[in-house]
Amino acid sequence: MHNTLTLKQAISKLKNKELTHKDLYQAVSDSVQGKNKKLNVYLTVSKNPEKQAEELLDTPLAGVPIAVKDNFCTLNLRTTASSTVLDNFIPQFESTVITKLKKAGGVVYGKTNMDAWAHGSSTETSQYGRTLNPRNIDHLPGGSSGGSAAAVAADMCIAALGTETAGSIRQPAAWCGVVGLKPTYGRCSRYGVVAMASSTDSPGPITKTVEDAAILLNHIAGPDKYDATTGPHGVPDFTQYIGKGVKGLKIGYIYKDLKGLEAVTKIFEKEMKVFEKLGATVTVVDAMNPRYGISVYTIVQRGEVSSNLGRYDGIRYGNDRSHFGDEAKRRIMLGTYTLSKGYADQYYNTAQKVRTLYIKNYEELFKTYDVLIAPTSPGFAKKIGATQGAAMFGELEDLLLEASSLSGLPGISIPCYQDPKTNLFLGMNIIAPMWREDLVIQVADAYEQATNWNTWRTKEKAKK
Amino acid sequence: MKKTPNITKKQIQHIANLANIPITQTEQKKLQTAFEETLNTIAELQSVDISNVEPTHQVTGLTNILREDIVNIDNMFTQKQALANAKQTHNGYFVVPRIIEEK
Repeated sequence: MHNTLTLKQAISKLKNKELTHKDLYQAVSDSVQGKNKKLNVYLTVSKNPEKQAEELLDTPLAGVPIAVKDNFCTLNLRTTASSTVLDNFIPQFESTVITKLKKAGGVVYGKTNMDAWAHGSSTETSQYGRTLNPRNIDHLPGGSSGGSAAAVAADMCIAALGTETAGSIRQPAAWCGVVGLKPTYGRCSRYGVVAMASSTDSPGPITKTVEDAAILLNHIAGPDKYDATTGPHGVPDFTQYIGKGVKGLKIGYIYKDLKGLEAVTKIFEKEMKVFEKLGATVTVVDAMNPRYGISVYTIVQRGEVSSNLGRYDGIRYGNDRSHFGDEAKRRIMLGTYTLSKGYADQYYNTAQKVRTLYIKNYEELFKTYDVLIAPTSPGFAKKIGATQGAAMFGELEDLLLEASSLSGLPGISIPCYQDPKTNLFLGMNIIAPMWREDLVIQVADAYEQATNWNTWRTKEKAKK
Repeated sequence: MKKTPNITKKQIQHIANLANIPITQTEQKKLQTAFEETLNTIAELQSVDISNVEPTHQVTGLTNILREDIVNIDNMFTQKQALANAKQTHNGYFVVPRIIEEK
């Protein structure tokens, strides 16, 4: 029962002595014991996590249990990135985000399943089996942070951490009906995160409410001397943008007339009217076609992967390169090919130029609009097994997210519809200019509070 | 518009060798199909006008991010820690496979 608390509620109850750590951890543990075998959410659970929690009562996060994607290096706790290459890897050091989380009083409850090396949008490429969507177990949770999104949806934690390169936080959040915030590239340190595509990797929170995402982001963001790509920008208290409303804001509704999106658009355009009722102006606006983002992302990601995964030699840690799964092999080799002599100009340099066109297009749109909004995903969660023989599965599912990720922009996915028949959700993706997480939080929170699509908010309202 | 190059099995094997990835005959065939599918998709970029466009290699615009080069003992591995995950060690060293053949 206590496992269904939001981060905000759990912290407040612990601090007010209305709830003990023992009871909170017992509830989470019961939930994990009851569901993990079926859903395959956690790959590793920390030993006695509640032991350290009690001493953390006076910290900002008060010792709450957090689910962490298995690509954050966690000191003395197995980290596999869901690949058997790292089956026996026990990090001797801590990633910066986890150092910060622990300093703020968060407890790593366990490590969650993901697509192996974060390659994919389904968790089906995990070498430890797929995770099932807690909202409907015939369907996938999305990915690559699918385990973290499922942990939140199934109340197997209080909040979670994921990483996104192009969709890996927002798409699983959308498919599991939870909140996923992808911060600006450089907002949260990549130090100690198993590297995928270094020019877009962004750690961020996956939570039950927008306010929870703001709370968690407060504690994991900020410059890091061990990651030179983190920005020197100050970190505001993101929770101050909760409850601010959207009165007077200018919202651009993009991708409304995109081909193939008709079924989703029919539902989605109704939801966009909510913002008008709340006092914002909503304008349907043309953005550069997202389809080129698929190709740009594919080329950039495969290229960076072929370089980043070159380090796994099985000598200093882990197993040798024969342990790579099909997806990783395919990506490493494609990157090797497109970066090789004679092809780099045709592929990599072309992709980086089209990337510039997207950035310029966003800059132009943000001159007029405060935020841009579109569906997170072209449809509901796909059925299990959907990735079979689909070499471009992830790229196609992340169609609406790739361009903004390649541009480094912050974005959030929040639930905006639930199908009464399947129980499955659609997500709304809100993006803002670089370093303006405040705007995405403000707009997402206003929508969340005004509608009934958020499971936890609705429960809260029913109690009042 | 340039045509997508056909990828031969020989090329697939060559790329696998470059990437140091052992592949079987069956995988070779599967990879050939996957390569063609992916290369056909990304060939689409050739239709975008990119004349006079500068490439973007990083999005933050930050340059010359420097820090003092100070030894931080807390952030250093001991020899024991450094070797903790290695499968094979010898006298405090990592053991690596031989890459130069004896004649």
